[in-house]
Amino acid sequence: MTVKKLISVACTAALATLSAGAQAQISGGVVKIGVLTDLSGTYSDLAGSGAVLATKMAVEDFIAKEKPNFKIEVVSADHQNKADIASNKAREWFEREGVDTATELVTTSVALAVMKVAKEKERIALMSGPASTPITNEQCNDVTVHYTYDTYALANGTARAVTKQGGRSWFFLTADYAFGQALEKDAAAVVTANGGKVLGSVRHPFPGSDFSSFLLKAQSSGAQVIGLANAGADTTNAIKQAAEFGITPTQSLAGLLMFITDIHSLGLRTTQGMYLTEGFYWDLNDETRAWSKRFFGVQKKMPTMVQAGQYSSVYHYLSAIKAAGTDDTKKVMTQMKKMPINDFFAKNGTIREDGRMVHDMYLMQVKKPSESKYPWDYYNVRQTIPAAEAFQPLSQSRCPLVKK
Amino acid sequence: MEIFGVPSALLGSQLLVGLINGSFYAVLSLGLAIIFGLLNIINFAHGAQYMMGAFIAWLALTKLNINYWVALIAAPVLVGLFGVILERTMLRKLYKLDHLYGLLLTFGLALIIEGIFRDQFGISGESYEVPEALAGGVNLGFMFLPIYRAWVIVASLTVCFGTWYMIEKTRLGAYLRAGTENSQIVQALGINVPLLITFTYGYGVALAAFAGVLAAPIFQVNPLMGSNLIIVVFAVVVIGGMGSILGSIVTGIGLGLIEGLTRVFYPEASAVVVFVIMVIVLLLRPAGLFGKAA
Repeated sequence: MTVKKLISVACTAALATLSAGAQAQISGGVVKIGVLTDLSGTYSDLAGSGAVLATKMAVEDFIAKEKPNFKIEVVSADHQNKADIASNKAREWFEREGVDTATELVTTSVALAVMKVAKEKERIALMSGPASTPITNEQCNDVTVHYTYDTYALANGTARAVTKQGGRSWFFLTADYAFGQALEKDAAAVVTANGGKVLGSVRHPFPGSDFSSFLLKAQSSGAQVIGLANAGADTTNAIKQAAEFGITPTQSLAGLLMFITDIHSLGLRTTQGMYLTEGFYWDLNDETRAWSKRFFGVQKKMPTMVQAGQYSSVYHYLSAIKAAGTDDTKKVMTQMKKMPINDFFAKNGTIREDGRMVHDMYLMQVKKPSESKYPWDYYNVRQTIPAAEAFQPLSQSRCPLVKK
Repeated sequence: MEIFGVPSALLGSQLLVGLINGSFYAVLSLGLAIIFGLLNIINFAHGAQYMMGAFIAWLALTKLNINYWVALIAAPVLVGLFGVILERTMLRKLYKLDHLYGLLLTFGLALIIEGIFRDQFGISGESYEVPEALAGGVNLGFMFLPIYRAWVIVASLTVCFGTWYMIEKTRLGAYLRAGTENSQIVQALGINVPLLITFTYGYGVALAAFAGVLAAPIFQVNPLMGSNLIIVVFAVVVIGGMGSILGSIVTGIGLGLIEGLTRVFYPEASAVVVFVIMVIVLLLRPAGLFGKAA
């Protein structure tokens, strides 16, 4: 046997042991991804079955491109926007069904409950849907990634743009729960920092349906801008009723959390000219269009940023497992934070020590009906907000994991 | 001028908005009260039937180009017929059983109907434009009143009092009331009681659909629009006295006003104020404000 041959045999043997070792380090021999989302309630259009589809697309693409030596399974469940249902399901998944990560998790109360369970069981929580900043501040932990957007980024984008364009006085219409209050607080800070004034706010029950009383209060405040610190059906109903009561020609509305599905359901006539901040738009470039059209082919709706972010986060998670050669929570988290994210959703996205994934955000303005040339042609991109400015700086972080 | 620290203009406008919401409550609770009063069925599908009315109006406009005024008649008729089929095929078998069975059946039906619509149309809902004849508004000095909202008050009050008149003052109404008191004797007098009951359920359901069409231009037409409203409407019926026709109308409007006032003085409580009143009424007058003690 020549020396050369000896070396190659040794190498093959070493590789074989390595890959066998890698395989052995996937718990249960399979990476199990749980999509815990709202499949039936008010957020089911912006997350819901579309988020499940995005997850499956990510898994298929990952298998086709990366040819991993481990199996991947996807399970999904409806958390009905209830924190107790969500944490019970997550516990069951982690304890009995060998689920490695709970993903999506729209609704702040659900997210906060599940990230505690994940920490207790040392599993990963990948959040695409929830919005509140406490996830990466007061409540932060080392097993959670907050991926797509948060209330700071939304307020920072929309409230700053509107204030700078002369909307100096604000009145907030706020959904009376953790998310709405977080959004109002973040937006109010941005308004004041940019020289604007907050005249007042009114908290409405969640979910609400008739907003006319609250809108009349906002109207009588005389504020130039009415900031809508709510989401989903609450926002669409408020916008519709503001137009009905003749509020919108004299005062302008700023939807602080709006999705493309909301614009689609309200129509351009009611929403034209509104500013909003998005982490993703299907019609940004060839890459986003290609992916979104595949998505549209199945779902018959263009993806929201939550659904696109869900794909990206799951793909990144799987890539990290492949690179680390294990699905051990600590090692995968380290790997995910080490690798930059480059796909159709994010360019040079990074996950910080507080769990916040930072990437470019976009300030959009809704097109006039006459400007819209084809279905789902809804936005003009007014500004790309670079990752470094889009999210809360680490220097302001209230997360104990951040070393200052 | 201020009343308890609130500008009177704001107070006036909130009372008017309360009156608008109250008239919705009145039409919906009236339908429920009629059904309960004559059939002894607690119709949990009422919210879903309200939603169906709104969706039929939307479908008629967007798919068939049928306008609002036609839909205002056609949608209640169609949904009413749907109610008649439900009564003939399912509810009929439950009259002799405990209330609970009717409640469970209609609740199950509501979930199924809402599920089908959610599957077909998604959750974000659809927009229904205010019909042109009723677009715009009038400046009342203290508030801008959309003409459509004024129309809602007029239409619902007309329907409510028309229904009350029919039941309390006409021969048909007399048959209905007699049929519920003692159906065997009425039947012996040659009146077709089962047919009367079917008609009553259909009419109650049609009232829900009518409210749905009225609501379509105000709210996003979405599959869960009824399930949010129905709980409040049940509370209205309980406060008014189960099965009391006039009670449900008066309480509906009254509670709309109280809710409107709560939104001025303590908005966070506006979602619970109706239920607080319900608890108080049940403690003091278990049969409801207008109910006869059993």
